[in-house]
Amino acid sequence: MQIFLNGEACEVEANSTLLTLVLSLGADPRGIAIERNLEIVPKSEHASTILQPDDHLEIVQFVGGG
Amino acid sequence: MTTDTALEIAGHSFSSRLIVGTGKYASYKQNAEAARAAGAEMVTVALRRVNWSNPDEERLQDALTPSEFTYLPNTAGCFTADDALRTLRLAREAGGWSLVKLEVLADQKTLYPDMEETLSAAKALIKDGFDVMVYCSDDPVYARKLEDVGCCAIMPLGSLIGSGLGIQNPLNIRLIVEQARVPVIVDAGVGTASDAAIAMELGCDGVLMNTAIAEAQAPILMASAMKHAVIAGRQAYLAGRMGRRLYADPSSPLAGLI
Repeated sequence: MQIFLNGEACEVEANSTLLTLVLSLGADPRGIAIERNLEIVPKSEHASTILQPDDHLEIVQFVGGG
Repeated sequence: MTTDTALEIAGHSFSSRLIVGTGKYASYKQNAEAARAAGAEMVTVALRRVNWSNPDEERLQDALTPSEFTYLPNTAGCFTADDALRTLRLAREAGGWSLVKLEVLADQKTLYPDMEETLSAAKALIKDGFDVMVYCSDDPVYARKLEDVGCCAIMPLGSLIGSGLGIQNPLNIRLIVEQARVPVIVDAGVGTASDAAIAMELGCDGVLMNTAIAEAQAPILMASAMKHAVIAGRQAYLAGRMGRRLYADPSSPLAGLI
């Protein structure tokens, strides 16, 4: 199924959770935050949140800035 | 000798009065060395999309660890109150910190703060439980309004972000310092060590800078210079400078001249 990850269309397996998606992308789950359809999903719910078709995800982390 | 007190912001206590940014450095490693040379305990950080295309990209948190430096998440690049709120809620989720730097900008060319949007965002963030250190214009009236709604630090610009033009309106900075009951930190515009010293001599509680260190020819050396400038300016402020006179006043006795 298709979702939108950081603004780009992306294919994921049906019934994937947020946590499996993050791990499959190779991101370090520490220090990231996830917004799903404009709602923040707390870290404690990443493993239990099942992705739905056309979900819009924003996955962010800290970078250098002034 | 008068001993200084710590800088207290929203229940956090800092012995360093210099806050540094983490942008524009050659590497996060150089950035970390500069932050240490500056004696900084707090660093500003930005929040951006994870870059999937380059998994080997160096990570901020590996070089500048949150255990060594207090992270101050910013809203750089936000031009509306809603953008700033969204960004800082994500930052709180990512890091777990509620102490944040709010900046809502008006346009790309000047990066001047949009004070109407800034005030609106500050109110919403404080209602949502954030401790808000706020980047603002050097307008004493808006500074007072931001304090009245509960901001924990007022951070007026010395001059435009990244300009290195120093403190263009020392009178306004002094007016803001005179009225404030929360820390006042000059944020933006510092170009070299004397600018930082002037901010502190005006009675500011601290200075926040990024480009002045990152774009120096030798950033680590400039970081050290800034550390000393902030300390020197602070001590000069606490010491109380001499009065200004139009004419000379001899330091050697006039009596006993041959």
